[in-house]
Amino acid sequence: MELPARSVKRDRLARLASAYGQELVVLGAVLVLMAVVGTVNHRFLSDTNLNSVFSGNAYIAVAAIGMSMVIITGNIDVSVGALIGVLATIAGTLATRGYPVWLAWGVPLVVGMAVNAAVGVLVAYARIPAIVVTLGVLSILRGGLISATGGKWITDLPPAFRAAQARLFGVPSPVYVAAVLTVLAALWMRYSSLGRAIYAVGGNAEAARAAGIRTRAMVVFVFAVHGFFAGIASVLFATQLQVIQSTVPPNLELSIITASVIGGVSILGGTGTVIGSTLAALLFSEIASALIFLNVSAYWLRAVLGLLILGTVLADMARRRRKGRLAP
Amino acid sequence: MIVELREIAKSFGGVPALKGVDFDVRPGEVHALLGENGAGKSTLIRIMAGALAPDHGEVWVKGQRVRFGSPRDARQSGIATVYQELLLFPDLTVAENIFLGNAPRRRFGAVDWGTMRSQARELLGSLDTWELDVDARLGDLSVANRQRVEIAKALSQNPQVLIMDEPTASLAGADVERLMAVVRRLRERGVAIVYVSHRLSEIFELADRVTVLRDGARIATRAVKEVDEPALISMMVGRSIDQLFPKEETKPGPAALEVKNLSYRSVVRDVSFSVREGEILGIAGLVGAGRTELALTLFGITPATAGEIRVHGRPVTIDGPRRARDLGIAYVPEDRGLQGLIRVQTIRENVTLAILDHVSRGFIVNRGEEVRRAREAITRFGIRARGPEQLVRQLSGGNQQKVVLAKWLGTEPRILIMDEPTRGIDVGAKAEVHAIMSRLAQQGLAIVMISSELPEVLGMSDRVLVMNRGRVVGHFERASATPDAVGAAMTRAAPEREAS
Repeated sequence: MELPARSVKRDRLARLASAYGQELVVLGAVLVLMAVVGTVNHRFLSDTNLNSVFSGNAYIAVAAIGMSMVIITGNIDVSVGALIGVLATIAGTLATRGYPVWLAWGVPLVVGMAVNAAVGVLVAYARIPAIVVTLGVLSILRGGLISATGGKWITDLPPAFRAAQARLFGVPSPVYVAAVLTVLAALWMRYSSLGRAIYAVGGNAEAARAAGIRTRAMVVFVFAVHGFFAGIASVLFATQLQVIQSTVPPNLELSIITASVIGGVSILGGTGTVIGSTLAALLFSEIASALIFLNVSAYWLRAVLGLLILGTVLADMARRRRKGRLAP
Repeated sequence: MIVELREIAKSFGGVPALKGVDFDVRPGEVHALLGENGAGKSTLIRIMAGALAPDHGEVWVKGQRVRFGSPRDARQSGIATVYQELLLFPDLTVAENIFLGNAPRRRFGAVDWGTMRSQARELLGSLDTWELDVDARLGDLSVANRQRVEIAKALSQNPQVLIMDEPTASLAGADVERLMAVVRRLRERGVAIVYVSHRLSEIFELADRVTVLRDGARIATRAVKEVDEPALISMMVGRSIDQLFPKEETKPGPAALEVKNLSYRSVVRDVSFSVREGEILGIAGLVGAGRTELALTLFGITPATAGEIRVHGRPVTIDGPRRARDLGIAYVPEDRGLQGLIRVQTIRENVTLAILDHVSRGFIVNRGEEVRRAREAITRFGIRARGPEQLVRQLSGGNQQKVVLAKWLGTEPRILIMDEPTRGIDVGAKAEVHAIMSRLAQQGLAIVMISSELPEVLGMSDRVLVMNRGRVVGHFERASATPDAVGAAMTRAAPEREAS
């Protein structure tokens, strides 16, 4: 059927809007908030502040990439905050004991992958629901960390270790890390056959298995990749300050899951992209900063995020219902 | 005239589902409602049952105009409904399910269990179902018995009108007969029955009048005696269908799949058969006869626990779907939503799911090739869709089934297993799927077709295998496969021993 050029173009736009609807909404929110708060207080748009907005949550964005993949397979990981805490402590300890920097940065990636691959095995092969497995892992990691460190902070980090925060063209390197990883992961999820298989497993595991996809191996693989990203996130987190606290920001896992959900990843699995979660992580730190510039108590941040989650889910449901009605 | 609908119109989000439809039903008659999927049948009965309010038009009950605010209002006016998806609670007993929300009470509102159980027994008895235990847990019953409970529940409030939405969709053989006997009995009692079904044979056996809907409009209301099957089909689809079972003669080649003493636990027992290239082997049987289980075993989803399988003469072990696929076996499952499709994905993504390695260069999926294959599938199978990027869940049942077929034929199989290939799709799409099957057989595919619809089995198969309780109990050549012979083999010592 030949369609007039204009309608083809419109069709393509409509498709873009429906495929990336949530991502566009979050991007819009980031830009609008920037414009509004920037008008009220010009210092919001200063280099210093923008740098801290963009780099402050880079580690959340990186961790949310892996989390989005896990949620897309129809699983969840509530232990990632504790894991990042453990991995950051490992990195810091190695660094202060004089091990080379590449080792201090590298070991957390390997350990993160190993831990989460084990989680993946329990989920995929022992068939324990992911929320149960990761709740257990959360307790083990958090309890183990406090016992091992005695709650002490790690200080005197060597300058070379903190080189992960170095600036390039005036922009902190975590921003580059988050941006590059997001783009690579997004391309990989969209264009590779493995990425396609991951969406298939989350969309309908039985149909995926019947189509010859190794669904269990895929789940283990995704958890391992998620552990790798958690490792990178932990290095970004460990090098952020002069000290590493043995208590990571409380509810870190919730911030990461929230970023995925607000970014448009369906909690039912099968749909969403990693671009959305990175934009959402950016939006969070922007909101946190905006609250300060607008002289609003920072305690409102959590409440605002909660409202965002509910709003997002409602908007998503409304969109789905509209789509459902259009079905022939 | 006990219920009368006048010029009912209803639209959803601007899309009209009903465009001014008249419908009525009289006491002591069975009025069949017929139409393809999306013709507006469900909308019409939901308006009658009070579950939907019409945008325009009037509902009259016993000469009075009514406005139902809820299904409860309709029930109080004497209209009860048995829906296709049974709305029952698996963890409650039969009696509790029948009287849920409507239990006989003693003083102070305590449930009168004794009366409830005896009334439940009486109701089931009136449906000729004396043997069902009213204290059995509902979840332990067969689909047929659950449906009897649902009907008893509808009858518990003594309705004058009973709406039945595709009551035989999940039944076969003897259970269909039994259900039709129940409907006749109710008609004798003077109940007005609205009967929705896809199966034309039932309508001719059961109904007094028939109303055909198409695209939300009423095409005709006729006495069943005045119409024949081709007439009804052409009213439904708006054109005449030359042949519902376009079976072509083929010359079978060498054996493609041979199975000897195949077993899976106790649900598939000692099954032996062979299918040749170009042959369609039909497998008939009642629900629960082990046919789907056999298919799952052949495809490696539940690998065989005993027996031999040979593919093109070579002995093989099929330990998973991946292995089956690599051996050239494809499986079009019974439940499209469960095992066939990824509904949140597009036609393009579904069509290439089983051949991702083939359409990829290295790690990267070749999108151009995917789009080409999806477009080809859309033309080859006549999938009615906006294009390759349409989400599969937005398609109708028949078109979804064609996507499943396209996906599996993309693997270029030599052996195709189809489980209920036309369940829940409308007549037009059915004929198209049958034509595709016939074409494939001519191209040399060996096809194993499982079906609960006897006309389909008899119309499409070169040979027919009958299964009962996990075993093969009958084997017919096309010439000797008469409805009576196959039906008798299906139901002989039917496996109906449960919860009693």
